[in-house]
Amino acid sequence: MKHAKKIVTVCGAVVMAWSAGIAIAGVTKPGDVKFDDTKVTAPLTNEAGDAAKGKLLFSNRKKGNCLACHVNKDLADKPFHGEIGPPLDGVASRYSASEMRGILINAKVALSDETIMPGFYMVNTGARVAKKFKGKTILSAQQIEDILAYLQTLKE
Amino acid sequence: MRGLIKAAVVFALAAGGFANFGPVNAGEDLPAGVTVVKAPAAKGGPLAEILSGWGSRSKSTQQLQQDDFENPGYLWVDKGETLWNTVDGKAGKSCATCHDDASVSMKGVGAAMPKWDAKLGRPMTLEQRVNACRTDNMEAKEWKWESDQMLSMTAYVKNQSRGMPVNVQADGPMEPWVKRGKELYYTRVGQLNMSCANCHEANYGKFIRADYLSQGQSNGFPTYRLKWQKVGSLHRRFKGCMKNIRAKPYKRGSDEFVAMEIYLAQRGKGLQVESPAVRN
Ligand code: HEC
Ligand code: HEC
Ligand code: HEC
Repeated sequence: MKHAKKIVTVCGAVVMAWSAGIAIAGVTKPGDVKFDDTKVTAPLTNEAGDAAKGKLLFSNRKKGNCLACHVNKDLADKPFHGEIGPPLDGVASRYSASEMRGILINAKVALSDETIMPGFYMVNTGARVAKKFKGKTILSAQQIEDILAYLQTLKE
Repeated sequence: MRGLIKAAVVFALAAGGFANFGPVNAGEDLPAGVTVVKAPAAKGGPLAEILSGWGSRSKSTQQLQQDDFENPGYLWVDKGETLWNTVDGKAGKSCATCHDDASVSMKGVGAAMPKWDAKLGRPMTLEQRVNACRTDNMEAKEWKWESDQMLSMTAYVKNQSRGMPVNVQADGPMEPWVKRGKELYYTRVGQLNMSCANCHEANYGKFIRADYLSQGQSNGFPTYRLKWQKVGSLHRRFKGCMKNIRAKPYKRGSDEFVAMEIYLAQRGKGLQVESPAVRN
């Protein structure tokens, strides 16, 4: 119980419900995400993704930080686009929403086991996760949906 | 990654343009005291060629390492020389009492670190070796790993090997340490779930946000980092890279970091000691 309490103070009520094993209406827990091959068809939340918020998360260094690895012409006003992954210009013309949701949640399943791209909505990540981040996902379910909404605006 | 990238942005801006980024060819543009920054890799190894981190820096950062008077790391080398000749501890000795002229006695020593210690039955890094001499031979107190004294002394001793090939022992009793280091190098850690190899093997020569990724070689350590505004140890760098991927770093001087240091030195064979290198 002491353990559960600690988590609660850190992460708030959502996690308390998770640790108690109760599904929050409308939010899929990381462990409950269902991959259909490389796709995740069902949205993670009931709330539609917000592309404007997603755009901010894309370059935010504490959140998506997608720009660290991907060039994106839509964010040409921001300096330093990384070149580790492919440019994401027109990505929505190459992938469906379900495919992109899969990539965001766990690129190791959706793209390749070898990829350097982090899984943004999973908790079984690398060894020795720093205390501050233990048991937490990099992005929340809603943030995944927000970034996904933004990616869908990147059409050829 | 956040901290690293934030700092990198600041210093990339300070360092000026990126026009001259990319590995240089030996003979073109070299750091002071060094003739090789790019070497053929041993057959069967993971890298196509071995590249010093020198080539991943902007022109203005490189320039600081081309002139010893401009190289801020030399402040530590100079302090190290003073400490070398300073009596300390109950035995009333200095390093020079026993080792005399460092430019003779320490030549090649730093290039071969970490070294196997038969008495202790384990490898010793330069830091551990210096402290063993302080406690056993001088009856002086140990220096902390990242203390100014230790950084100065290791920079000074390593500097006596500048331009010499990295020459760590990898066989015999060192073999299990190389193996352990390799294991750690390829293990994914942290919330971002990355291994050293994900960045320094699969993606060197590319930008990760504002940082131009090198092979993460160790031949320039202790290194002066503009971000640190001082010289820092290799283990400090290891900690930084692990923190950036949101992993719990090992401790300086831990067996894990010693194993990684040995493995990295082995991985970088062909390069020359550059200490103190200058990095952003
Ligand atoms: C550490 C680097 C890294 C980060 C950070 C990263 N990615 Fe990736 N991403 C990659 C790599 C590398 C690939 C290509 C797959 C491979 O070869 O591993 C990729 C592939 C993709 C693809 C498929 C693109 C295509 O054309 O095939 C999408 C979509 C994508 N990433 C979106 C994102 C988004 C959105 C974010 C931020 C939430 C992000 N990535 C963060 C490295 C990264
Ligand atoms: C009383 C004599 C004595 C003093 C003083 C002394 N050392 Fe040593 N040092 C030795 C001996 C003897 C060895 C050989 C290794 C051993 O068996 O301990 C050695 C080995 C070393 C080595 C490893 C050399 C190699 O070939 O691998 C280094 C580096 C070193 N000392 C640095 C220092 C420094 C730095 C100081 C001053 C802080 C110092 N020593 C003070 C006696 C001394
Ligand atoms: C997210 C990518 C990333 C990962 C993973 C990573 N590093 Fe680094 N590392 C960097 C960046 C960026 C730099 C600074 C630019 C450069 O030299 O590559 C750096 C620098 C270094 C340097 C200094 C190189 C020099 O020439 O000064 C060493 C050594 C190093 N890393 C070792 C490691 C080790 C060991 C690991 C695994 C524990 C590791 N790194 C994991 C990104 C990474």
